[in-house]
Amino acid sequence: MADGNIGLWTVPLAVLGGAIRVSTPFLFVSLGECITERSGRINLGLEGTLVMGAMSAYGISYLSGSPWLGVLAAGLTGALLGALHAGICSLPRVNDVAVGISLMLFGTGLAFFLGKPLIEPTAARLPAIDFGWWSDVPQVRAALRINVLFLIGVALAPILFWAFKTTRWGLLIRTAGESADAARAMGHSVLAIRLRATMAGGFLAGIGGSFLSLFYPGSWNEGLSSGQGITAVALVIFARWDPMLCLWASLAFGGAAALGPALQSVGVTSGYHLFNAAPYILTLLIMIITCSPKRTLSGAPAELSITR
Amino acid sequence: MDFGRISRRHLLQGGAALTLGAAAGLRPAFAGDTTIGFIYVGSRDDYGYNQAHAQGAAALKKLPGLKVIEEEKVPETDAVEKTIESMINLDGATLLFPTSFGYYNPHMIKMAAKYPKLRFEHCGGLWSEKDPKNAGSYFGYIDEAQYIAGIVAGYTSKSGKLGFVAAKPIPQVLRNINAFTLGAQLANPKATTQVIFTGDWSMPVKEAEATNSLIDQGVDVLTCHVDGPKTMVENAARRGAFVTGYHVNQSPLAPKAYLTGAEWNWEALYPKFVKMLAAGESIPNFYRGGLKEEVVKISPYGEAVSEQARKHADEIKAKFLGDGYTIFKGPLKDNKGNTVITAGTERGQKDPELEKMDYLVEGVIGATS
Repeated sequence: MADGNIGLWTVPLAVLGGAIRVSTPFLFVSLGECITERSGRINLGLEGTLVMGAMSAYGISYLSGSPWLGVLAAGLTGALLGALHAGICSLPRVNDVAVGISLMLFGTGLAFFLGKPLIEPTAARLPAIDFGWWSDVPQVRAALRINVLFLIGVALAPILFWAFKTTRWGLLIRTAGESADAARAMGHSVLAIRLRATMAGGFLAGIGGSFLSLFYPGSWNEGLSSGQGITAVALVIFARWDPMLCLWASLAFGGAAALGPALQSVGVTSGYHLFNAAPYILTLLIMIITCSPKRTLSGAPAELSITR
Repeated sequence: MDFGRISRRHLLQGGAALTLGAAAGLRPAFAGDTTIGFIYVGSRDDYGYNQAHAQGAAALKKLPGLKVIEEEKVPETDAVEKTIESMINLDGATLLFPTSFGYYNPHMIKMAAKYPKLRFEHCGGLWSEKDPKNAGSYFGYIDEAQYIAGIVAGYTSKSGKLGFVAAKPIPQVLRNINAFTLGAQLANPKATTQVIFTGDWSMPVKEAEATNSLIDQGVDVLTCHVDGPKTMVENAARRGAFVTGYHVNQSPLAPKAYLTGAEWNWEALYPKFVKMLAAGESIPNFYRGGLKEEVVKISPYGEAVSEQARKHADEIKAKFLGDGYTIFKGPLKDNKGNTVITAGTERGQKDPELEKMDYLVEGVIGATS
């Protein structure tokens, strides 16, 4: 142990570390999408929101020197993009899936355009809290350097779970998602509820993006997201629109992403393409196991355009 | 505002008009003496492959009578043909540098056949007699620079474990991994290089995970062959490991951790090409070179590089610059125990066998498939 050689223990440790490091953007985007979809709308544009969030967080952190301002800016950018999505979707005869796809392209394109001058400079990063102080194994300490955003995300999942179940706001969002007519009959504006839900979802997705550029991998470049926003949206579906399941699914995805590199580092070199594809295989498997032609997905909001 | 009144058709029409206007406005016509077009597959300030070419383009901008135009993020599809056409027809470009590997065949070949009076120079392609005479391919023996970086890495590593974050197991990448390892073994015969393939040229999260996994395994000096080394360099430096760079000098990103690096030297080569054309000579269709020909170079040593490492590295570098030096010579075994170069055989840099490399040498931990 003293010479830092931990052999095969690298793999579980890397999966644990990966679950913590890689999962955060998945967690924020999926929780955000969870709020939006519970209100009866799908925002596929969160990939664009994630990238825009990453870019604006990096830019603001670089210009102001404060990474936390960057996180806030990312959240606000995300909320703005959410408002745009909700605004367009409030027009009659507009399909939310199509708007989402165009906003995904818009968000990534705009982020690449505005982010051009940000590729080279190095911005102030978010700090990490050292939870590995009890261990003298450097690998454990490295795996347990945890960012506050991760902890916020982990705390947010049960809070959302509770909020959906017991609060007035949670009930309103669910009503808008299950039956727009019922919400209207109660005297609430469905569009206003969905606007707020989409903005909240965008806010969280933006923050997820700030984690990418300000903590891990920790710099702005154009390949930064490589589809994580889209994966997170898919993740909501197999997490059955349940915030707690979103948390577990995000952790599993993070761990799965770390599996490929970790196995190669201990010498399991054959089939690394397969291990690199682990997160996607996981998605497919869960989809196959849980799908049924006889019923709609349990837990799916009835107003969602894909289930209607 | 009443959005209901604006029909979507109007919006689409407006959008299309805007796009057209923007596309036309971005390319003003001008009258320079010679216009040179550069096409990049990614962003030109990526601290990597594209930035290296952009530095070469910047060197040309300083020369009088030259106009340099650039376009970034052009995919390796028909899109590059359109870019080439517009550079020729709208900007009057007469010399073109489509810099990415996938531009060569069929796209650049097709354009070269269509415009036989213009000159096309491609980085990394393999020009053959069948290809148009006004097309050419150039590349550098960057494995020479990787070999020297390997020597420095071998001396600096305390654990004797080096790490290599690689994109794909193609010959160019394998050659770098092997040269780096052989260089390190000059310094420390027991040195090993652990390689992790991420599967693609730009996968920041995978690269960061690979970096962390390697360091968890006790690796203390890392290098890479991906498009943008920034992720590896920054994450390794954060964990307290040393790095050697690739493509361009990444020392501003991690001044303490940066030992040295294998860099392209396009800012030396491109002006040479232009001078050849200006003098009425033609650029050789198949152009290759290493340290001696100033196609590649080595970053200045960082402060952590020991006196002994500098001395040994400089000694080998002098051989490359002088009468030449062979990296790949027999007897050489791959990491499965097969002999890949028999005793007595020397494979010099220009040996075409090396451009087909499909093995990892003894001392590399990893597999090509």
